[in-house]
Amino acid sequence: MYTTEQFEGIIAETITINGTNGDAIHTYFARPMGAGPFPAVVLAHHLPGWDELYREFTRKLAHHGYLAISPDLYCREAHGTPEDVAAAVRAEGGVSDDQVMGDLEAAAKYVLSLPNSNGKVGTFGTCSGGRHVFLAGCRLDCFDAIVECWGGNVIMSDEQLTDKQPVSPNSYTQDLNAPLLGLFGDLDQSPTPEQVNQHEEELKAAGKDIEFHRYPEAGHGFFYFDRPIYHQSSAVDGWDKMLTFLSKTLS
Amino acid sequence: MCTMICERAEVEGSGKGRNGWFPLEMVNVSYDHPFNAPWEYGVNIDFVNQSRGVGSRVAVELSPQSAKRLAETIIEALKRGEADPQIKVSVL
Repeated sequence: MYTTEQFEGIIAETITINGTNGDAIHTYFARPMGAGPFPAVVLAHHLPGWDELYREFTRKLAHHGYLAISPDLYCREAHGTPEDVAAAVRAEGGVSDDQVMGDLEAAAKYVLSLPNSNGKVGTFGTCSGGRHVFLAGCRLDCFDAIVECWGGNVIMSDEQLTDKQPVSPNSYTQDLNAPLLGLFGDLDQSPTPEQVNQHEEELKAAGKDIEFHRYPEAGHGFFYFDRPIYHQSSAVDGWDKMLTFLSKTLS
Repeated sequence: MCTMICERAEVEGSGKGRNGWFPLEMVNVSYDHPFNAPWEYGVNIDFVNQSRGVGSRVAVELSPQSAKRLAETIIEALKRGEADPQIKVSVL
């Protein structure tokens, strides 16, 4: 916990890491100053893109003592304003799950390689990023904690599957290999409360270490203070639960 | 943008973007989260020319009801224009 007599400093900058297939991708990296050792969090940005909001989330996690790293999951697709890039990606049906998995794993390996890492890394994502971090918790073995926020399309029908998203993420439930915190708004339409219930039931049936919280007055994206869907009390409580969970799982 | 619902069509015409007019190649219509409009889901229409970069985009975000009105209005205008024998569409 921060108290006012403490020294505080963070460094935040764009770096390059080698993601899937060794491709060089831009990555926003914010970390506390000092020798550490620090735990780390990989952020999976939402489908609206690698935007200012995610830079702020990244710096917020660094402020709370994490090596926080947010790869540009659309770096290969195009460069431009985050909205223009995201619109182009949206038109192409998103990016492939395999590519995102490789990029998140590369970001995790990068931070774990640093001398000021404590050897533990979690992952956090919202919207499509929430879906991606759940997949990462199942398909990769590098994460020690998963924070899934209102992941859309975690449960997909056969008609929704595409070449880029060929498997419904909940098919991998049995493979989840890290504790998971899930935050959801009851007014959300994707995922619906019924889908959240199904997701939770499947995880419990598989004996997984999970903690789900639902916010009755919140819809989709209730952390997004730059949008009308922001819900203050739910967001404050959600951040508090997330930081408590990360502290417990990554210390 | 969790729905991934997007329909695309080739179009001919001009769009006015941040750097002025440019020739259009494609329209992308998604039913997904808008960037700016104040609802969780809407109909997002992007007129684009990818060959000129992702910034060559004219964006509109509509409520589903507004999008239906737009579609109906376009059809109505087309009916009237195509019914008028005096009007010929040709490149000047």
